[in-house]
Amino acid sequence: MMAKFMESFMAKVFFVCACVSVLAISVIAIFLFSGGIPAILEIGVGDFFLGQRWRPGDTPAEFGVLPMIMGSIYITLGAIVIGVPIGVFTAVYLAYMCPRRIYGLVKPVVNLLAGIPSVVYGFFGMVVIIPLLRPLAERVDVIGIPTGDSILAASILLGIMILPVVIGISESSLRAVPSHYFEAALALGASKTRSVLCVIVPAAKSGILAAVVLGVGRAVGETMAVNMVAGNQPRMPVHMLRGARSLTANIVMEMAYAPGRPDSLHRDALIGSGVVLLLFVLAINMAFVFLVRKKGV
Amino acid sequence: MGMLGNLVVVAVLLALIKPVRYVYNNFLPEKVLHKLVRFWDKVFLAIIWIFAGMTVAALGFIIFHVLSNGLPHLTIPGLFSFDAPPETVTLIPAIVSTFIMVALVLLIAVPLGVLSAVFLVEYTGAGNKFVTIIRSAAEVLAGIPSIVYGLFGMMFFRVFLGLGMSVLSGTLTMSIMMLPLIMRTTEEALKAVPMTYREASFALGAGKLRTVFRIVLPSAIPGILAGVILAIGRVVGESAALIFTAGALLEPRIPSGLFDTASTLTVHMWQLSNYGRFMNETYAAAVVLLIIVLLLNALSAFIARKFSKV
Repeated sequence: MMAKFMESFMAKVFFVCACVSVLAISVIAIFLFSGGIPAILEIGVGDFFLGQRWRPGDTPAEFGVLPMIMGSIYITLGAIVIGVPIGVFTAVYLAYMCPRRIYGLVKPVVNLLAGIPSVVYGFFGMVVIIPLLRPLAERVDVIGIPTGDSILAASILLGIMILPVVIGISESSLRAVPSHYFEAALALGASKTRSVLCVIVPAAKSGILAAVVLGVGRAVGETMAVNMVAGNQPRMPVHMLRGARSLTANIVMEMAYAPGRPDSLHRDALIGSGVVLLLFVLAINMAFVFLVRKKGV
Repeated sequence: MGMLGNLVVVAVLLALIKPVRYVYNNFLPEKVLHKLVRFWDKVFLAIIWIFAGMTVAALGFIIFHVLSNGLPHLTIPGLFSFDAPPETVTLIPAIVSTFIMVALVLLIAVPLGVLSAVFLVEYTGAGNKFVTIIRSAAEVLAGIPSIVYGLFGMMFFRVFLGLGMSVLSGTLTMSIMMLPLIMRTTEEALKAVPMTYREASFALGAGKLRTVFRIVLPSAIPGILAGVILAIGRVVGESAALIFTAGALLEPRIPSGLFDTASTLTVHMWQLSNYGRFMNETYAAAVVLLIIVLLLNALSAFIARKFSKV
């Protein structure tokens, strides 16, 4: 009797636990949307998404989030341009070129790269990458005092940070290509390099694309490292060596002191930029799930 | 509009690829083509080696830079004194806060995640509607950026539930963040347990519950542990989700209770890096974080090796 009761009771406990994640996602959605959307409507959808000025302190205050959207897009694009070729070629190396002994050294290194906290990356960017870029920024920009805090700095740093994701997923999709593809290419007289790059890589295309998409998701969502090196000026990005602010940095920079209703829309506008960020990331993740489901990495 | 100009140049270059390729493939004499093929072979092989080298060099340089600048300032007891006089930096409160945070998050997220995974794997058939909903919920949760968790934690735990800027708010926020990770790794570990184990247990007359707790979960422990170690690393490294929930104190102190503010080591390092005059201490904090990450990686490699031998 007792055992039977326990069986059905615990089955319910398991079920309730499993429901927590559904509950969590619902509460997150409700709170973010109910905080952000009224503010977006009050500011005006057009003024919020297409406004080029973010001036929460002015009267009347302006809450245009476009500079931050563009900032996020440019920084992410740069990170992809830098991180994806390096990551994919490293994955090719790991999967097809590398002796077992070296693999045992490089693979843990890549895993370690994934574990380093973003604040440590950000600090590294502050003390190493920015001073390196400063002379370059001074040469390009004569106006003002160029510091080196820039889109490029953030892109380089994020390019390094997305390496483990890109390498991990690309490598496993390269390894998933049947070995007779490789053997057939070799048998036709192609060199090893050519077989890998012209046969294996195209065959693993969807997996590599999934790796890129996941890398984009990482880069868009990254907060602290970007915040520490990107300069954070809330204005439309001008060029690579000038600063920009990402959606994530916008929240972390201003949330601590943002006055809330009824005095100001500032706090709710920041939650609104959180909503924009969430929508971005959800779209990217859906693309990822779609890619993986379609081809099966 | 300088950026737009760059994009146009890139687009033109991309559009040129096809005609150039056509010429390359059709109008070159065989001898030249053969030489070119060999040339590109070498170029790409070089690129592969260089890029793989860059990955290793980047990490090597980061670690070397942090260690060489940080280790000399890792003074004992200096940075590790329990009662530092004001105006000096000690890492002890931040380290203690980190340990408290990790322990509490594991206390909440591990049971929840493991039991959820048990439900998904052991108690439902394939194609169950609930399973699809719960899996997609976990997938979405896993993709949300940490700053959005921070915003949510601030709005829900700190303000709506009135927990304030506290260890508890931070812990609960982080627990939700870690839930999908624990769920996924446990699910994979449970699926890897051979069906024959369960069948043998049932055949001996054990009920479902006994089979799960005595047979399936114990055999899945290495996989679950791997997930737990990953989660520890994520909590130690997290900052954006904690700044507005657990707090970011200029001078951290050991929290006096669940409702007290606390800064973990990562958050504290971020605070230190904002002040030019604490450069050495920031490096030292980075070294401590790196060592923790290294230890966790070594631990998970050790567990993987130990259990795969058995």
